[in-house]
Amino acid sequence: MSGQATSHAWSSQQGAAALAAPSPAEKRRAFDWRILLGFLLPVAVALLWEAAVRFGLAQGRLVPPPSHIAATLWALAETGELWAHAWATLWRVATGFVLGAAAGIVFGALSGASGTVRHVLDPTLQALRAIPSIAWVPLFILWLGIFEASKVALIAVGVFFPVYLGIAGAILSVDRKLVEVGHVFRLSRIKLAKRILLPAVLPEAVIALRSGLGLGFMFVVAAEFMGASEGLGYLLVDGQQMGKPDQILAAIIAFALLGKVADSLLVALTKPLVRWQDTVRERL
Amino acid sequence: MLQLEHLSKTYADGTRALSDINLSVREGEIVSLIGGSGCGKTTLLRLIAGLDRTSAGAIRLDGEVLSGPHPSVGIVFQEPRLLPWLTVSENIAFGLDHLGAAERKTRVKHALEKIGLSEHAERWPRDLSGGQQQRVAIARAFVTNPKVLLLDEPFSALDAFTRASLHEHLLGLWEETRPTVVLVTHDVQEAVTLADRAVVMQPKPGRIFDELPLTLARPRDKTGLPFESSVRRVLTALDHSLNTLRQQPQRERDRQAAALWW
Repeated sequence: MSGQATSHAWSSQQGAAALAAPSPAEKRRAFDWRILLGFLLPVAVALLWEAAVRFGLAQGRLVPPPSHIAATLWALAETGELWAHAWATLWRVATGFVLGAAAGIVFGALSGASGTVRHVLDPTLQALRAIPSIAWVPLFILWLGIFEASKVALIAVGVFFPVYLGIAGAILSVDRKLVEVGHVFRLSRIKLAKRILLPAVLPEAVIALRSGLGLGFMFVVAAEFMGASEGLGYLLVDGQQMGKPDQILAAIIAFALLGKVADSLLVALTKPLVRWQDTVRERL
Repeated sequence: MLQLEHLSKTYADGTRALSDINLSVREGEIVSLIGGSGCGKTTLLRLIAGLDRTSAGAIRLDGEVLSGPHPSVGIVFQEPRLLPWLTVSENIAFGLDHLGAAERKTRVKHALEKIGLSEHAERWPRDLSGGQQQRVAIARAFVTNPKVLLLDEPFSALDAFTRASLHEHLLGLWEETRPTVVLVTHDVQEAVTLADRAVVMQPKPGRIFDELPLTLARPRDKTGLPFESSVRRVLTALDHSLNTLRQQPQRERDRQAAALWW
């Protein structure tokens, strides 16, 4: 039905308009369909495992069935524990991300914009980048104590490098041809930066921020492993020590959801900035 | 009047791209630079636009020496070079920052009508075809009312039909303010369609080989005999420009042979 309707639209005068802007209803249907496809695999695996445990084919003590994990999640949520832990983790990631990303943007912009700064700054930063970030943990604990500051610092370091590299690389790879358009219209350095360089680097900057955020979630786990009394990472350690695999899996699921939500939020916030992009990877 | 005096360009690696170019273009004249690849046509245009520095010589516009991009000189590149994050109308308005909002709006609106893209004003460049994008690029250069407009093979990537329609759009815009136009092309038909004068260039190093006036009345009838004979004249000049190049090493060899003989 809809196929026929579309083909009519094609042959009509509004064919080009239909191509540019598919009707909202059509768009929504295609969208729903793909989301369902994405759920297919995990749901099938979960159902199989649940059935295996129910029918006694597997014990399910070390790998608890989904119903068990769901019950644990529910219990944690009901007592409010889950929210407290999630909030603690989220706060650490957010603070570390803001600090690390801000520093990464500033240093990346300087390094990308000026050759001198790049020659001074980049070798040192690249050398520091080669250090596995976890190696900083003992030092941060000595310097900043075992509470929040050292955790946030570790996350900030993790976020800093991908953002720095992404921004500096993006500025260096701005198309010379577009910069020349700015020269032809005699833009000052500041206007050139504002009207050509900034918009040109935005898509890559968004990608850099997203990978920074991903690393932020990676490092928050490491930070919470090194001694915390709350946070999803603490739930993981606690689950291991108390022999509660269901709690570990519940925390992992919470991490997955939190990471996905944070990433989607970042994408949604930056989408208006890059909606002009001519790419197919928009939905990735 | 645009004057090029003893213009030379040698690149950092020693390549002599242009050597002793002398050319003056009257106000409102359309001059077409034509020649094989590597004869420095684009380099010459970039020098006038102020995007590259001259090695020697001077470029004057109404007596004023040009050094660097000038508000009275506009350029359309081989590619549209639209800014993908600006809509069509924002792209056209890119060089109008110094004007008030109302003036900017009227100029952009008028330009959009002229190039026939009014209904696409708020779309992104990615939604336009190659020919439409190039029309926007031409409009972007025209709205600032430049005295000199430089065109660097702006139609070379387009098919013949689109090219013909763009020629008309270009002449339509030109009629309004009659800027001086320097058009680089390797298409003889295009040169004869648009230009008042064809300047034939020669490579290694780039220099002017010959100048041919094209005095056909406008609008030009592309099927007529005068058009055909003009095309033939330019083609002959182009042929000669390449032949002398081939002859030179020949002559050099003869001289060496003579030296040996004696």
